[in-house]
Amino acid sequence: MNPEYQINIGFLPLLDSAVLVAAREKGFSEAEGIDLVLVREHSWASIRDRLAVGHFQAAHMLGPMPIAFNLGLAPLAAHTIAPMALGLGGNAVTVSRNLWAALRANGASEDFDAASAGTALRKVITAQRGKGRPRFAVVHPHSGHNYELRYWLAACGIDPDKDVEIVIVPPPLMPDALASGQIEGYCVGEPYNTASAIAGAGRIVTTKSMIWRSSPEKVLGVSARWAETNPDALGRLLRALYRAAQWCGIPSNHHELASLLARPDYIGCASEWLIPALSGRIWTGDGEVIAVDDFFVPHDKAATFPWKSHALWFYSQMVRWRQVEASSHNEAVARESYRPDLYRSALGPLGVALPSANAKVEGALPSAMPVGSAGASLVLGPDGFFDGKVFDPDRLDDYLGR
Amino acid sequence: MSPALRILIIDENRIRATIIEEGLREAGHGEVAMIHDMTGIARRIAEIDPDVIVIDLENPNRDMLESMFQLSRAVKRPIAMFVDRSDSASIEAAVEAGVSAYVIDGLQKHRVKPILDMAISRFNAFSRMARELEEAQTELENRRLVERAKGILMKSRGLSEEDAYALLRRTAMNQNRKIAEIAQSLITTVGLLDPGDSS
Repeated sequence: MNPEYQINIGFLPLLDSAVLVAAREKGFSEAEGIDLVLVREHSWASIRDRLAVGHFQAAHMLGPMPIAFNLGLAPLAAHTIAPMALGLGGNAVTVSRNLWAALRANGASEDFDAASAGTALRKVITAQRGKGRPRFAVVHPHSGHNYELRYWLAACGIDPDKDVEIVIVPPPLMPDALASGQIEGYCVGEPYNTASAIAGAGRIVTTKSMIWRSSPEKVLGVSARWAETNPDALGRLLRALYRAAQWCGIPSNHHELASLLARPDYIGCASEWLIPALSGRIWTGDGEVIAVDDFFVPHDKAATFPWKSHALWFYSQMVRWRQVEASSHNEAVARESYRPDLYRSALGPLGVALPSANAKVEGALPSAMPVGSAGASLVLGPDGFFDGKVFDPDRLDDYLGR
Repeated sequence: MSPALRILIIDENRIRATIIEEGLREAGHGEVAMIHDMTGIARRIAEIDPDVIVIDLENPNRDMLESMFQLSRAVKRPIAMFVDRSDSASIEAAVEAGVSAYVIDGLQKHRVKPILDMAISRFNAFSRMARELEEAQTELENRRLVERAKGILMKSRGLSEEDAYALLRRTAMNQNRKIAEIAQSLITTVGLLDPGDSS
């Protein structure tokens, strides 16, 4: 059977490219009549440029990227939409051995607890004030990593702009930057926390899921122009990716998924580096393994649904950290960047569980909860922020303290 | 006449950087600097204080550089992606060639365009060169394989050199494969059957 569409998708070598890789390698795209061409890229900037000139129709993107593009915060970006997410969670914060020793001496617990690690970090920073700020790295200014690191620091009484320095380092170079002492810590997606933990060069202090459980990370960014002119191809792509996410979510597939992702044309690393994030059994870097609930969720809990409340949380952080002015226009741009309507129309025919709303109050579910959904059963949460706050997208101004 | 533009080339590939630098100098740009190593890049850029930065599109540090330009702490003047959005042909040509450029905000387009065009053409020339070199190397390797396979056939079946080559070619045509592939298979097989004969 000849494929009806060729779709070129750019990706970065990260664990959460899993759904894309599985869609191609496990035949889900082929079954939808799509020749899915995956192109490994070197930077988010390259993904943006190649989407803008039409080399790619879609790409693996940081959740805030389409919003930043549409707000005009990135040079040369094309109008981009997110009709699907590529999973929840998947990141962690790793620090150097030296900083970890100091955090332990100041009461950081060993179990990835965000509050105790953050409080210890505040004490370390206060004690060494005047002798230089710790330097942390994230992958991009408009990234979940930047926002969750800042959220965690700020909630623990650390000013991310004054008390620490935050620099940008490409994901695969994080472990080297830490080992060579250029940075004291970083927030990145897998497998680049595990890489430092296995090498013994760093200690994972907390995880994205511990800072904000069931939180948004990567999305499928799609050229808005292509999506408008190729609705049939987009629908097929979303169905293929949904089935791939289902496959990725089945524990008995994790070893096969890890060996697929480990291939040199995908992530290009030892498959042992990929197992911890998939199994939720995370190497600390101290030779121990800690079980973390919902470390990375590719499918369950509506993990691929592009919640408008996720888009608005990212926007709230752009405003909070002065990347963009707050305005009702900008808020609307952020809201319209995520397209649950396209997700619904593509997946409706499959009869799968779909949320009944397009936005939700984030951090409101202390435990897993069955929710009203069209057709099939769906469970959401728990989704708490570690500091107990909630984010109500209808009360954005309150959230930002305005 | 406006003062000469300071141009910075950031490329870990020294040969390619030199090719671009030569092109720019030949075109009359005297102030061209190069950085091959990303260590301490913020300080280096601040020292050089460039008007135009040309960078390899595949450099994984572009996200870092762009954020540095946006924060404008390391660089004195704000830097934007080079051409305006309307010039989509230029952007496409640059991305195709694998090059990206950033310029000081407000720099006139007619001053930047020739620099970009030069970088694009030199990047393309470099890629062509690299491709030709690779092809030449493959060609050489293939010829070596065919020579060895011919030698094996001449020795083991008493064929003339011409007949040995004809046999290889016929087999390749029948199997719809390349002569070098048949030669490689033959060499591998002989190696397996007689590990002592590795000539």
